[in-house]
Parts: sequence; structure tokens; C-alpha cells
Amino acid sequence: MNDATNIPTGSNAQAPVVHGLTQRRLSRRELLRYAGAGVGAVGLAAFLEACGIQSQKSKSAASPGFDWQKWWNQQKQTGTLDFGNWPLYIDAVQKGGKTIHPSINLFTKETGIKVNYSEPIQDDPSFFGKIQPQLAAGQSIGYDIIVITNGIYLTKLIELNYLTPLDQTRLKNFRANAAPKYQNPSYDPGNKHSMAWQSGFTGIGYNPKLTDKVLGRPVNSLNDLLNPAFKHKVGMFGDNQDFPNMGLVAVGVNPEVSTVSDWNRAADWLKKQRDAGLVRQYYEQNYIKPLSSGDIALSMAWSGDIFQANASSNAGLKFVIPQEGGLVWTDNMCIPMHAQHPVDAMIYMDFVYRPDVAAMLADGIDYITPVPGAQAVLQKIDPPIAKDPLVFPPADWYSKVHRYRVLTPSEEQEWNGIFEPIYQS
Amino acid sequence: LGLPGGIWLLVFFLIPILVMASVSLQTGNLIDGFRQTLHVANYWTVIKLYRTQFIRSLEYGGLATLATLLIAYPMAYWIAFHGGRRKSTYLFLLLLPFFVSFVIRTISWEFLLADQGILFGPLKRIHLLPASFHVLATSFAVVAGLTYNFLPFTALPIYVALERIDHRLVEAAEDLYASKVQAFLRVILPLSAPGIFAAFLLTFVPAVSDFVNATILGGVGTTMIGNAIQTEYLTNNNYPLGAALSFVLMAVLVVGIFLYTRAIGTEQIEGVGT
Repeated sequence: MNDATNIPTGSNAQAPVVHGLTQRRLSRRELLRYAGAGVGAVGLAAFLEACGIQSQKSKSAASPGFDWQKWWNQQKQTGTLDFGNWPLYIDAVQKGGKTIHPSINLFTKETGIKVNYSEPIQDDPSFFGKIQPQLAAGQSIGYDIIVITNGIYLTKLIELNYLTPLDQTRLKNFRANAAPKYQNPSYDPGNKHSMAWQSGFTGIGYNPKLTDKVLGRPVNSLNDLLNPAFKHKVGMFGDNQDFPNMGLVAVGVNPEVSTVSDWNRAADWLKKQRDAGLVRQYYEQNYIKPLSSGDIALSMAWSGDIFQANASSNAGLKFVIPQEGGLVWTDNMCIPMHAQHPVDAMIYMDFVYRPDVAAMLADGIDYITPVPGAQAVLQKIDPPIAKDPLVFPPADWYSKVHRYRVLTPSEEQEWNGIFEPIYQS
Repeated sequence: LGLPGGIWLLVFFLIPILVMASVSLQTGNLIDGFRQTLHVANYWTVIKLYRTQFIRSLEYGGLATLATLLIAYPMAYWIAFHGGRRKSTYLFLLLLPFFVSFVIRTISWEFLLADQGILFGPLKRIHLLPASFHVLATSFAVVAGLTYNFLPFTALPIYVALERIDHRLVEAAEDLYASKVQAFLRVILPLSAPGIFAAFLLTFVPAVSDFVNATILGGVGTTMIGNAIQTEYLTNNNYPLGAALSFVLMAVLVVGIFLYTRAIGTEQIEGVGT
């Protein structure tokens, strides 16, 4: 028989088992557990306090008074250069099944510096995300030159001390040949950290086969992006740079000097466009394919992309800077902190400002070269490019385009909060 | 919970989750650093900003899970009961797409479904479809992509459950004059319920937080919560908002699964493990 069933009865019965069932008793073990939980809660609070994310500024970055010129004088040429660029962003020739870059070969021939050229940069935000932890920890990222667009991420790189200040004594070709607007740009006064690689416009790319019939004229206005006839046939960029700034241009504001109330007006314009069902997709990079295949008829676009699409596949696309205006941006060569071969990087960065080299690059890339002298060289080797307004824009194009709004960290948060919900719908 | 299991959970689950909890309550920015301010408002901010995307993700995840269950069950049933000696071949075929990257498979759908692509192009040329017809950049495309990508995760657990059913039970039911349908509904379906439960979890949870399908196949108004989390972390470098967003998603899923488990009964989950 089971003894447990023989529970004593009666008023005074206080058999342990009954007591345990009817009265809550704190055992020593439980007591310890509660105490532990208390300590745990306090510990958790302390833990929460402790693990703030520190400023991500480079830890080993030199102190403010550091003499960079002295540092540069101690650096030596190594004979190697690691160059990280964007895809399709340099001159390239197919030879025997291999891609070679004539301008790089010329550089190696003249200087003896071997270049490891790669194309790891797909877009600024994700590349920044990739290199940020290493730079914050004070490690080399494996590149001596990287190419970053002026705007949010270049500003962050500079503010966080992730870039090596350039050796100002090695800018001879640059100072002699760069167009004035690339010397001392507003986003990097005195070219302390950057030199332009190429520039481009943001405007409207369109497929005339689909738009001419509807409009009876070429696309020429941002209001064409609001035309109900293009329902579900419009592409827009989904980013925090081109998209908001273009919205500001659309409401007649110069983005560079815009205020929060302008931002809200621009957001209203962009929302109106989205809610009317005009936008098919907010693209990151991949708008050329749908534009060529006719999935969309017109889209926000970068000038050189349209040129390259036409050159490679006869897509018959066109690019226009709308009458309301457009945007101009510059991709910049920078030397990240802890680069292994800084002197070689400086030699290369100045080398591309020789007009003959700039001409080779412009011929292959079809964006805007920062070296006006390249035009004369190209007139001899490739006259159509020398005449192309997308590579050598006429002066009146520049008068219509604006630069991006420069944002402080707190402004950036507000800016993102206004524009992101529109394209991330 | 043995010691190795405990350490595993501590290092790969508990510590990361506490760090995330801490981050979700901080304020600041990348340049000045983030400080612990116990700023609970981060949670309200993300809920307010991304409510639509939350609801949409649950909707898409739920629809995709339902669709995978409806497709995977007959498939698994057929392999388990009629596969014969070729069972493993069929299973291999089911898993074959896994040998190609998930992103590449999704991009090939983008190619196949393009407005003027190899599927719709000819149909439009002979006017079987109106010129404005499109599948890409719609909710349907995203849900279909999710369904396609998660189908094997649904089919396998159901197959395992069905495969284990003692076929004599079905014969016994038929001996007792149960029709085929009754035998299925009262013997096979209940016995395969643990498999369905596991399939549901393995599909629904990752489908809700997926962001690849919405990026590649979606358009305007198809952004899912995974995209929002990615943006907060990688584009905005706003780690507190990203962490808060992840926590809200996790809380919704955990509570949902808990209620679901209570409704179905715990023995079903134990059934999965045996």
C-alpha cells in the first residue's frame, strides 16, 4: 500500500505533506533563488548601463595636433597599391579573354608600382557598413584607395577620422589640371581628405519609344514623373540622398540651403507621386534593366549609366536634366586610415590628373571627368566622346544642377524620418 | 538542460539578446556614440514608423505558410505513401534547388516574370494579356516568392511525420468501414499533426522576417519588416531603432507561437521530438 494515501485527519493534523500543500513556505533553496533574481535584476541594470556603444571614431587616429606632414615625410613608396573601386568605373579592354585596364598598365610601366585593382563597392551605405567595424578598431581594410560619393557617407568617414589626410605636397597635377570646382569643394574644404574621381548628374532617364507617343515631345520636366499616363511606369531611387534631394528640386527649392519645412513639402510631392500609383519601384541600383526592357518608361537616373547602357546594348535610352533642375555629385578617391601603401596611393591619385590619363579614363567610363584638359586629348583619339555633353557638359547644364544637402547627425535623423517612410512603404 | 547546452544558450542566445536589449534603449548617433538612456520611446517610435510593415509581414508570412502547407502536404503524402523504392530520389529532387543560392533563384524569378519577359512577352504580343499586365512589383509576387523559397522547409517535416505512420492503422480504420476520406481525416491527419506544426514554425518564422523576396520581387507598398531592420542597421546606422524593431518582431512572434502552442496542445510539440 502507498503510505502517502494515509493522510492523518483531524483539526490538529499538521503532517508535513499537508502543510506543504496548503501553506506557502520559503525554503532555503527558494530564498537563494529569489535573492539571485534580485542580484540578477540589479546586475542587468548595471549591464544595460555599461554597454553603451561608444563613439565609433577611430581609436588609434592621431590626436588633433598631429603633424601629418611629418608623418608623410617618413612614409616610403612600396611598389604596391590596393585600389578598391565601383564596378565598370575604369577604362577596360578585353584582350585574349582577360580584362585589362590600359590606364593602370601605363601607371605600372611608368612608376613600377603594381596595382591590385578590385571592384568591391556596390553602393556607399553597404560598403560603409562593411569597412566601419575594422576602421573603428584601428585596422587596415586592405585598400589604399577607396571611392566614395560626396554626401552622407563621405561626411561620416571624415567626421569619424577614418580617412588619412592627403599629402598636400603631392598634388602637382591635381592643382594644375583639375577644374576649379573640384579644388576646395564645399564637402571637403581644401581637399584635405579627397580628390574627385569622376562626377555625374542625377536627372531623368527615359525610353523614348514609350514616352514620345504619350507626351508628343521629349521628357523634359520633373512633372513628367507625375503624369497619370505613366501609371506604374515610373522608377525612382530608394535612398536617402538622391531621392530626397530630387524631391526638393521638384518643389523648386535649392537642396543645399533647404529647411525642415522644405523637406516636408518635398515629402508631400513624393508621397503624392507614390499614392497616385505612378511609381513601380524604388530602385537601389538596378533601374537600367527595367528601363531597357520597357517595364518602366522613365526613371530617376545617373547620367553615365544611360550612356553605358546605350553603348553596350543599343538600348536607345535618353538622359535629360529636367528644366526644374537636377543634381550633381562627385565620387572621390580617399585613403582610408591604416592604409599599407599611402605613398603609392598619393602617386596614383595625382597620376590620374594628367590630361592624357584623364582622357583614357573618360573614354572608358563616360561620366564627367574633373580634368577639362582631357577634352583636347579626346578630340584626337575619340571625337564623339569629346563632343558628348554627358562627359563634357556645357556651362548652362551646371547652372541647373545642385549639390546634396549636407546634414549634421541630428538633422540626418530627422531627414531620414521624413523621407524613408515614403520609399520604404 | 545539460551544461554544454546551457553554455551554448548563454553564449549564443542569452548574451546577444541582453546586448540587443541594452542597445534598443540607447540614444545617440554613430559619430558621437550611443549612450544608455533607458529611452523606451525607441519602441513607440518604431511601432509608429513601421506599423504597416509589421502587419504586412505577418500577412505575407501567414499567406505564404498557408500556401506552402497546401502544396507541401499532398507532395509529402505522395512521396511517403506512393514513393515506393524511389522515395529518396524524390526527396533529393525536392531538395535539389537548395544547391543553388537562394538569392540567385529569386533573381531568376525576376527574370522569368518580367513584364516583357519570356513568359508574358509572347502572351502580350498575341493580346492574350493586356499590355499593362504585370506580376513583378506586386504583393502576389512577394508571397509567391516566399512560398517557393520555403516550400522544402515545409515539406520535409510533414514527410517525416507521414513516413512514420504505421500503415496498419489505416487498414484497421478501413476494416471498421471508414471511407478513404474518413480514414484520412481521423487517422492520417491527426497523426501527421506534429509534422504540420513543425512545418508551420520552420516556415512562418523565417518568412515573416525575410527581406530578399520583397527587395527583388516587390515594388511600392511591399516592404517587409526585414527590409526596415536592414535599413535601420546598415543605411541609417541607427542601431537602437534597429534593435528595438527586432525586439518588437521577436515579441510578436514569441507571443503568437505561444498562443498557437496553447491552442494546439503541447503533446503535439513533444510528438515532433520523438
